[in-house]
Amino acid sequence: MSIEVRGLTKVFNGFTAVDGINLKIETGSLVAILGPSGSGKSTLLRMIAGLETPDKGEILLTGREATHVAAKERNVGFVFQHYALFKHMTVFENIAFGLRVRKDPEDEIRNRVFELLNLVQLQGLEKRYPSQLSGGQRQRVAVARALAPRPTVLLLDEPFGALDAKVREELRDWVAKLHEESHVTTLFVTHDQHEALEVANRILVMNHGRIEQEGTPLEIFDEPATHFIAQFVGESNYIETTVSEPGLAVWGPIRFAVEGQAVGQRIRIYFRPNDVYVTGDFETLQVRAQIVKTRFKGPVIELRLHLGEERYIFAHVPKGVSLASGFKEGQDVWAGITAYHTFPVDPGEYQGAGI
Amino acid sequence: MKPESNIPTGGDAHLRALTEPPWVRRSLIVAALLFIGFFLVLPLVMVFASALAKGFQFYFDAIREPMALAAIRLTLLASFISVVLNTLFGLAAAWSITRFEFKGKSLLITLIDLPFTVSPVISGLIYVLMFGLQGWFGPWLSDHNLQIIFAVPGIILATVFVTFPFVARELIPLMQEQGTEEEEAGMVLGATGWQIFLKITLPNIKWGLLYCVILCNARAMGEFGAVSVVSGHIRGLTNTLPLHVEILYNEYNYAAAFSVASLLALVAVGTLILKKIVEYKYTDELKAQKEMTATGGEAP
Repeated sequence: MSIEVRGLTKVFNGFTAVDGINLKIETGSLVAILGPSGSGKSTLLRMIAGLETPDKGEILLTGREATHVAAKERNVGFVFQHYALFKHMTVFENIAFGLRVRKDPEDEIRNRVFELLNLVQLQGLEKRYPSQLSGGQRQRVAVARALAPRPTVLLLDEPFGALDAKVREELRDWVAKLHEESHVTTLFVTHDQHEALEVANRILVMNHGRIEQEGTPLEIFDEPATHFIAQFVGESNYIETTVSEPGLAVWGPIRFAVEGQAVGQRIRIYFRPNDVYVTGDFETLQVRAQIVKTRFKGPVIELRLHLGEERYIFAHVPKGVSLASGFKEGQDVWAGITAYHTFPVDPGEYQGAGI
Repeated sequence: MKPESNIPTGGDAHLRALTEPPWVRRSLIVAALLFIGFFLVLPLVMVFASALAKGFQFYFDAIREPMALAAIRLTLLASFISVVLNTLFGLAAAWSITRFEFKGKSLLITLIDLPFTVSPVISGLIYVLMFGLQGWFGPWLSDHNLQIIFAVPGIILATVFVTFPFVARELIPLMQEQGTEEEEAGMVLGATGWQIFLKITLPNIKWGLLYCVILCNARAMGEFGAVSVVSGHIRGLTNTLPLHVEILYNEYNYAAAFSVASLLALVAVGTLILKKIVEYKYTDELKAQKEMTATGGEAP
């Protein structure tokens, strides 16, 4: 176990940023903490690094109590959102910093820095200053600098947040590859679900200072544990209705089988736009709908379907299928929902309107 | 960063649209030049002209005279100690104000400005009231044979007080702008507090620091009011350069007064030039800072 956290709590001026979190991260894994801004994910990461002091709870790094160990003795690598490179130092000196301060021999420092320059593919740039690098290159220097002192864990705070979309995707692949090569236990924080789903082999979803779910990307995406995750991770249609008879809830023309909910219980049902099946040919599907709007979204076409009265849902149809079926606005079609998730609504909770 | 060439260079056109008719422009420029000439250049020229009125020999004799040399030494000593003390204090104050949260922080920031708002004569008087013979600590000091007022320590104290805000005032906004991320990065990489300060903080603020040291020094050398009150004007002992000028002038020894004054004028001109050079570097430092913290900022 590389990182273990027990009952960790942090309060800022009466606001509980991190609320009694427990987590265990296995040695060598690549884990994402996913959550909206203000969910406490950065605070959690900074407490693990020793940059914030927890108000309660404990942190164990490689099995050893580290809650009260100073940041400089925790042997963690930290990559800041805006990289925090040392502006007045060259790339070489930036990467060498962690080795210089512990007074490693000069030839060892040189070897290690060049080894890392190779690892992050920045050979030949060691004499540049951070201001002479592109955003993606700066990011790599920051990672190399964090890895130089051979940390037991690597922590990254919104590592791709400040980059443009294209560079971001490249760096995502690169981080995953880097992790395969270095095997350093890596924990990164992100608000971007695509980043978490693509890069990590485990995801912790945080909301309001708590962890709402932990699992593989597939589990998080397909089996959201709470309605927050259902609407936060991936796109979802979201409707609210009442269980009308045992095992059944009805929303307009759609009938949902619901298990384990009492009759009269308010429930929320989430389903992904790509779990909505749309066809113009067969009348075997249960729901009749009209396409009111089509939107090009790259590999899929988004259809806004009107199900009568004030009921609308979104469907994502692969571009090829949409073209082959000739979907267009105003057309009458049939729709079916292949997968959905049901969550009961707490009586006291804010009841948002459905789509 | 976007390539500069993509930005339309409509600067001139904008300027033309904004400017007044030619006669207004010309008379404004002439007025400004006349004003500067009359109030700044002419007096400066006068200082040197009067200083050299009796020839170079007299000029150098006036400066080399023992009393003048003593005044130069005292001025250098007082300003050196003030610059050192205020640099240390300014760094400590700026560091604690920008890096920690504590009670009374805004009060401290306000108090740092106090010497700028109090008349220098009053600040001199405060020291007389505290350390003078009739002052609070007067009897205790005279019992222990210590003299502060009408002695060198008083002059140093008054100079320190008057130049107290320079460094802290300048560094607080600079360090606020720079934030703590680089220092945190150093901390996680295993650096000690001292290493962080020397290798990260100090290089980041060096031009800003030098800039305020220069200004602080100029002010310390030229200070008259506060020093005048505590000095006692003992020639060769408690006379600083500005006080020496005053004494010579009051004795109708104009050429000598202006000769010594020309030294202070030279310090001022030197300060201006140094300040300009440092300002140039300092703006680069600020610009680099802005560029690096800008999200998604990329090198051209």
